[in-house]
Amino acid sequence: MASEMSEPRNKIITEDQAISTLRSGMTLGIGGWGSRRKPMSLVRSLLRSDITDLTVVSYGGPDVGLLCAAGKVKKLIYAFVSLDSIPLEPHFRLARQNATIPEPTEWDEGMLQWALFAGSLRLPFLPTRAGLGSGVMDVNPSLKTVNSPYADGEELLAVPAIRLDAAFVHMNRSDARGNAQYLGPDVYFDDLFLAACEPGRRFVSAEKIIPTEDLLKEGTFHTLKINRSMVDGVIHAPNGAHFTTCEPDYGRDESFQKAYVDAARDSEAWKAFSDRFLSGDEANYQSQVVAWREEVKAAKEAAK
Amino acid sequence: MSDSVALADVIAVACAEAWRGDGEIFASGMGVMQMLGARVARATFEPDLMISDGEAFYVSGDLPIGGTQKLVEGWIPFRSVFDTLAGGRRHVMMGASQIDRYGNSNIANIGPWAKPKSQLLGVRGGPGNTVNNATSFFIPKHQTSVFVPNVDMVSGVGYDRAKKVGGFIAKRHELRRVVTNLAVLDFNSPDNSMRLVSVHPGVSVDDVVANTGFELVIPANVPVSRPPTAEESAAIETIDPKGLRHREIPT
Repeated sequence: MASEMSEPRNKIITEDQAISTLRSGMTLGIGGWGSRRKPMSLVRSLLRSDITDLTVVSYGGPDVGLLCAAGKVKKLIYAFVSLDSIPLEPHFRLARQNATIPEPTEWDEGMLQWALFAGSLRLPFLPTRAGLGSGVMDVNPSLKTVNSPYADGEELLAVPAIRLDAAFVHMNRSDARGNAQYLGPDVYFDDLFLAACEPGRRFVSAEKIIPTEDLLKEGTFHTLKINRSMVDGVIHAPNGAHFTTCEPDYGRDESFQKAYVDAARDSEAWKAFSDRFLSGDEANYQSQVVAWREEVKAAKEAAK
Repeated sequence: MSDSVALADVIAVACAEAWRGDGEIFASGMGVMQMLGARVARATFEPDLMISDGEAFYVSGDLPIGGTQKLVEGWIPFRSVFDTLAGGRRHVMMGASQIDRYGNSNIANIGPWAKPKSQLLGVRGGPGNTVNNATSFFIPKHQTSVFVPNVDMVSGVGYDRAKKVGGFIAKRHELRRVVTNLAVLDFNSPDNSMRLVSVHPGVSVDDVVANTGFELVIPANVPVSRPPTAEESAAIETIDPKGLRHREIPT
């Protein structure tokens, strides 16, 4: 008689394996906020793929900028795109100013949260006041309002639910089964991105993969907002959020971020940057970053 | 007032004044001068205000701008910011690249939204802020390209639009004040159009009018913005020891 015993799912994969499950035209949610704890190694892998025509939902930072620069975005659902310490994201600006994002969809920050929350609860919408009276209503004519069925009868904005085909988030720690941990000051909306995503393509990259019994060694149980039922694939990605923050493992690489912005100013400089850092695999990216730091340091020494 | 008082210090106090009477709510400042104003208000006349480090923590004591020695008194991650503003327990002071006479403001883009001449931040949380909690503005360069008849994208809701929405929003909507490098303005006029409250030392009413692209409500007597008290001056130095405020408002 066959054994009734079976093994738990093995979820450890690479960035490229995760990306190989995506298809053009999908709706992708990307966690983090601005230039903070972005799943950049997954984004870099996506840049190397043929996937295009994406609908991207993000509290946008360089993830959105890079995907716009690569022409992969058909529809962008955003409230802002910013590098935080450098307020304006250069590729996003260019894409908007040249109107190369076919369907820009600009919402209030709170509306994005509500749309993901509604998606995670399998509700068609959630009501809010955020957006009413603002330009958001003017540039999104498909948004509808509902009236409260109670005595107040207030008219509220019905934020339509977003269900994602794929979600990327970057965490400080995860076990091999996808119990993931943030050790920094804010989980942002990463748990909602995973919860609003159809099972199958919910990907967590992490600085360190640790045994389950070590999950409470570096943080309290409050840091365990993401459990394995919300995750399909776990990617070991040391320095995977670079050049964005990943507190407390590392802060933002401000000088690299500045180099990124400087390179985006003209197409030749961007091609050189892109050839050097983004054409190879993740290991190449990381080794080029190390080499770049050495060059900057040597140049500073020489200037003394 | 003495000539030795820097304009940036008068402005810091004018920003601080925005929170007078707010009590135990989240005083949120988006930018150096805005943060300085909130922290000076708490350090002096409004001691119960809640102040964040701009990241995810409420901090007690007089945290200098950019300071890292934080006395944490609470946790305010982004999700809690959204909850707090929807609950109305917050007064935010933002910036604006454009603002009109009813306080419709724009941080999103310049030129047509579909193909902007200049893409800025996007609407961010402006729509939710302005219909949920009190909102003020600090604008470092008062000029006609900022004080415009119509903003290119309404990221923050003004009085005319709030009234059109009606109900709760019309009733609770509040734009408290606008502080610039020239003057203090508010919306305390019969139709809630922008009113001149005071001019900074050395600035005339005509200077303000000439740099505003719409008609202001101007009272018969426009006072001069007050200088900081001794306590406020001391607080300004403690909170901004590096003088970052002078970079926004050159002396």
